[in-house]
Amino acid sequence: MFRFQNVMYKDIINIKSLTIPSHKIVCITGESGGGKTTLLKLLNKMISPDSGEIFYLDVPLEELDSINLRRKVIMLPQNPAIYNGSIKDNLLIGLRFSEKTLENDDCLLTVLQSAWLSKSLDESVDNLSGGEKQRLALARVLLLDPDVFLLDEPSASLDEETERIIIENLVTQCKKNSKSIIMVTHSNKVATTYSDMIIRIDKGRVVNKEGML
Amino acid sequence: MNTNVIELQIWQLATAYIFILILLAFVKIRGIKREKEILISSVRMTLQLVLTGYILMYLFDNESWILTLLVLTVMEIFAINNIYRRVNVKISKQLKKIIAFSMVTGTVTCLLYFIIMVIGLKPWYSPRYFIPISGMLIGNSMTGISLGVSRLVNDMNTQKHLVESSLMLGATPNMASKEIVDNAFDSAILPTINSMVGMGIVFLPGMMTGQILSGVSPVTAIEYQIAIMLGILGSVAFTVILFLQLGCKTFFNKKAQMVFEITESK
Repeated sequence: MFRFQNVMYKDIINIKSLTIPSHKIVCITGESGGGKTTLLKLLNKMISPDSGEIFYLDVPLEELDSINLRRKVIMLPQNPAIYNGSIKDNLLIGLRFSEKTLENDDCLLTVLQSAWLSKSLDESVDNLSGGEKQRLALARVLLLDPDVFLLDEPSASLDEETERIIIENLVTQCKKNSKSIIMVTHSNKVATTYSDMIIRIDKGRVVNKEGML
Repeated sequence: MNTNVIELQIWQLATAYIFILILLAFVKIRGIKREKEILISSVRMTLQLVLTGYILMYLFDNESWILTLLVLTVMEIFAINNIYRRVNVKISKQLKKIIAFSMVTGTVTCLLYFIIMVIGLKPWYSPRYFIPISGMLIGNSMTGISLGVSRLVNDMNTQKHLVESSLMLGATPNMASKEIVDNAFDSAILPTINSMVGMGIVFLPGMMTGQILSGVSPVTAIEYQIAIMLGILGSVAFTVILFLQLGCKTFFNKKAQMVFEITESK
C-alpha cells in the first residue's frame, strides 16, 4: 500500500526502503523523538519529504491531491483538536470537512459505542475528561470511514482495560471491513497482541520489522 | 443659521495649552513618568497641524490632479508603514506585500466610488474634498487592517494545532482557517461598527463638528457624515476582506500543508 524509496525529511527521517501492506494492522514503535509521528505525517502529506519518494497504491504521493488523499488516509494526532460545542458538533465537523453526508443519527451513536464513550450526543465537550476527548476524536475518525487509519498513540490517555476494549473494537472492525491501520504506540502489549506487522523506528531509521512482510 | 466663524487669535489658541500644563502637573505630582511623551506629542501635534495647514492652503490654491494624487500616495505609504509598525507580531515579506496591496486596492476603489458616484465631485481631484475624505477612509482602513493582521497572525500561531487537526480530517485550507479568518474580520470591523452605533448620541464625529463650527448647516453636516461613515465602513470592510482572503493563503502551500515560516521576519 505505502512504499518508501530513499525518503529523507530534515534530520528526522531517513528511510531507504519500506513497504507497508494493505488491509493490515501495522504498529510503529520506538523511542520518543525517533520520528514516528513524522512518519505518519508523511503518509497523508501533512508534510513532504525533502528527498526520495513515497508511493500510495503505486502512485507517488506528490501526484495525488492532498485533500483527497487525507479523506482516504485520515490521521488522528496524539492530541486531537476538540472543537467548541457538543459531542454531536464534534462528530459532524469531521463529515463537513471531508464533505460527506450523515445517513442518520444512529451512525453517530454506533461510533460513540465503538469508541467506548457512553455519552449523549447533546452533551457539551467542556465536561469531558482528557481520555473521553481522545475517544471522541477516535469516534469522529471512525465516522469518516477512511481506507487507512493513521493513529498516533490513540490510547495514550486511557487506562489499560479501556485501551484493550477500544483497540480490540477498532481492530475487529477494520479487519471485518478490510481497512488498514498504521498505529504509533508506546505499548509493546498492544503492538504484539494486535498487529500483523511491527516496525521499529530509531533516529528516523527503520531498525527492525517483525511479522508478515 | 449664523455663519459667522469665530476666528481664533494666537493668544486664544495659546490658552488651550493650559490643559497640557494641568496634565503635566498631574503626572509630575503623581510620579507618573510620562512628561516627555506628553510634551513630545503636544509639540508634534502642533507642528504637524501647522505644516498640514500650510500644505493644504497651497494645494487648495493650486488645484492639480498630480498634486492630489501625490498627497494620496504619501498618505498610503504612511498608512502602510504605520500598519507594519503597529502590528504587534512578526510578519513575513509576503504578508507585507498583501497588506500593501489590500490597503491600496481597497481604499482607492472605495474612494473613487465615493468621490465619483456618491459626491459627484467635479473636478474629481478637487483637494478640498478629495484629501480629507481620503484621510478618513485610509485612516480607518489602516486601523481595521492592523487589528485584522494582529488577530490573524496570532490565532494562526496559537491555534496551529487546531488548523492542523482540521487538515488531517480532510478539510481544505479555507475550511481549516475559516473560524480564525472570521474572528480576524470581526476584530477588524467591530470598532467601525461600534463607532456607528454611538454616533450622534455618545459623541459628535470630528468631521461633522468641524463643519458645524465652520458655519455649515447641521443638516448638510449630517448628510456628509452619514455618507462618509458608510464610505468608511465600505472601505474598512473591503480592505480587510481583501487582506484576509489573500493573507490566510500565505499560511498554506500548494500541497495544503501549513507553512510555519510565515512569521519569521518583521
